[in-house]
Amino acid sequence: MSARDSILSSVRTALTSADRARVEVPRDYRGARDTGDVLALLAERVADYRATVRLVAPDDVEGAIAEALDGVRTVVPPELPWSVADAVVDDGLSAAELDGMAAVVTAARIAIAETGTIVLDHTPDQGRRALSLVPDLHVCVVRSDQVVGTVPDAVAALEPVRPLTWISGPSATSDIELNRVEGVHGPRQLVVLLVRD
Amino acid sequence: MTGTFVGMPAFPTAARAALADTQLRSNLAHATSTIRAKRAAVVAEVDDWESLRLAGAAVKDEVLLHLDDYLVQLEESLTAQGAVVHWARDAAEACAIVAEVAKAHDVDEVVKVKSMATQEISLNEALEAEGIAAWETDLAELIVQLGDDLPSHILVPAIHRNRAEIKDIFTREMGNAGRPAPDDLTDEPAVLAAAARRHLREKFLRARMGVSGANFAVADSGTLVVVESEGNGRMCLTLPEILVSVVGIEKIVPTWSDLDVFLQLLPRSSTGERMNPYTSTWSGVTQGDGPQEVHVVLLDNGRTRALADEVGRQALRCIRCSACLNVCPVYERTGGHAYGSVYPGPIGAILNPLLRGVGQDEQVDSLPYASSLCGACYEVCPVRIDIPSVLVDLRAQVVDAHRGGLPKPEAVAMKGAAWSFTKASRLAAAERASGLVGRVAQRWGRASLPGGRRAIRRAPGPGAAWTGARDLPAPPTESFRAWWRRTRGGRSEGAS
Repeated sequence: MSARDSILSSVRTALTSADRARVEVPRDYRGARDTGDVLALLAERVADYRATVRLVAPDDVEGAIAEALDGVRTVVPPELPWSVADAVVDDGLSAAELDGMAAVVTAARIAIAETGTIVLDHTPDQGRRALSLVPDLHVCVVRSDQVVGTVPDAVAALEPVRPLTWISGPSATSDIELNRVEGVHGPRQLVVLLVRD
Repeated sequence: MTGTFVGMPAFPTAARAALADTQLRSNLAHATSTIRAKRAAVVAEVDDWESLRLAGAAVKDEVLLHLDDYLVQLEESLTAQGAVVHWARDAAEACAIVAEVAKAHDVDEVVKVKSMATQEISLNEALEAEGIAAWETDLAELIVQLGDDLPSHILVPAIHRNRAEIKDIFTREMGNAGRPAPDDLTDEPAVLAAAARRHLREKFLRARMGVSGANFAVADSGTLVVVESEGNGRMCLTLPEILVSVVGIEKIVPTWSDLDVFLQLLPRSSTGERMNPYTSTWSGVTQGDGPQEVHVVLLDNGRTRALADEVGRQALRCIRCSACLNVCPVYERTGGHAYGSVYPGPIGAILNPLLRGVGQDEQVDSLPYASSLCGACYEVCPVRIDIPSVLVDLRAQVVDAHRGGLPKPEAVAMKGAAWSFTKASRLAAAERASGLVGRVAQRWGRASLPGGRRAIRRAPGPGAAWTGARDLPAPPTESFRAWWRRTRGGRSEGAS
């Protein structure tokens, strides 16, 4: 018997005497929380992770990006909606080439206020996954209409076929005496620009 | 590379050695109290925590009771997304599949995301035997691997090490595995983390194959989920050309939307954060982004055995958060190595016997007793695994498995008690005997308990183990029934 058939048959044998009626899942946790002013909450919760958060007006986004980058070598995804002076546009750079980049600027798909989380789905305004991972500074621009209140709101709005990266603050570890330290393998600095329409 | 749990002594022996290690006890007390406080604070923020726990348990129960259907569905969705699905009955089959993929691509090193499933099957050792180096990239796993040590916690395998010990390990060992630690290394956690970043970066950049587990596998969309903190997971899942994920068959959730329960329960229970720094989800292969060859190994390795256990089945709901370890008074004092498995603590005390079966190995059979049954583990469990009830049921299974042969002193004592309690005249005789002991103890007993009652410091024979850690109160000189007869139920109290 193949391993597949053998495992499936073991599962069926294990459940011979079990009640296999459908288990009802209580969903009262959905929509139960009122998160109030989501933009303010998001700013507070992102800052809690020791990321830098700035509220900017739509016309000031490019200025704020330039300020956050402070002239370092920067890579951007192919369809970033804002222009970044002197940036390299990703056309399939190798991992080593990406490692030579100090910063990356991306858009986002969604942000979750309650947990201070930004979700990327890696469409061309955000770039492939490696792009927002290897450089040490990640500047991420989030529009206010992308902000949802809670995790269930976000899961409902996201498309699982896309690869997703949920980012809550800069790279961190709690592995040494369970104290949180920011900055391991992912970007050690995260700057979130919240665009207030 | 890393050590092995094979040949570990039974829990009481291993625990005695651990308890004598004062450094270990202070490291553990510090770490577990830190994480307990963090968890309590972020769980208290969520008003509907209990609703989430109920939902989490129900989703997992639905999966377990229909696991055959969900496995077939997961296989279909993964295949439709371009992943190659493999099935492994046991550790050897799973390791062989991973090694085969590596050899097919002439790969002699892989980078690994922290994964309990690959620890469980000793994948690193199996790959090493095939000439393939497996680099652990999680900071705590790196500390364990470089230190030729064993993991002692599910979330933080190096929880038993403090910063000074970690600095020594990095200074001594990093150079043997790649880029050495810098000369000016200190024991500051941020400096140690930076050293790990530099050490591993070259490995991430050149790796052609990554190996991971998965926290969740979504049946309807074919999505795998890895929850992490450092970004080492993202590196391994994104940069290599080939990715192999070893996934326990119980990791399934039915639908994408079910993740909205677990992505709330897990980070708060595990690291005590509102959300962990990074969560990656992927469904098979994405053109032009990340690994272009994706394999998934569905692993049984005892899970169907656990599934057959009506009481113990609920242990397969476990999402490996470690909250039960952090609150356990036994774990806090003995640490994880005493449990002799990659799954230590309360969940390990039930999971190991369930996965491996009782009655064959003294070490496994000792685990259901590694608990005071205080119930703290059940209270913090995000998927409501009633660990104390499973422990009690497994104790009964261990006893049943050892019936026949020479009975233990405890069993003889219990048999004797049952014999005396079944007949009034026997009980009266036993009471007279115990009253006699009581009178002797009243006169000769050295210790006295609060309230003045005499106590026996050291009982003879098999009772010596019991009095090794506590005083035995002297039996009363007169039994209740004798008192009742003498005083006519208390009416002539004092007329003795």
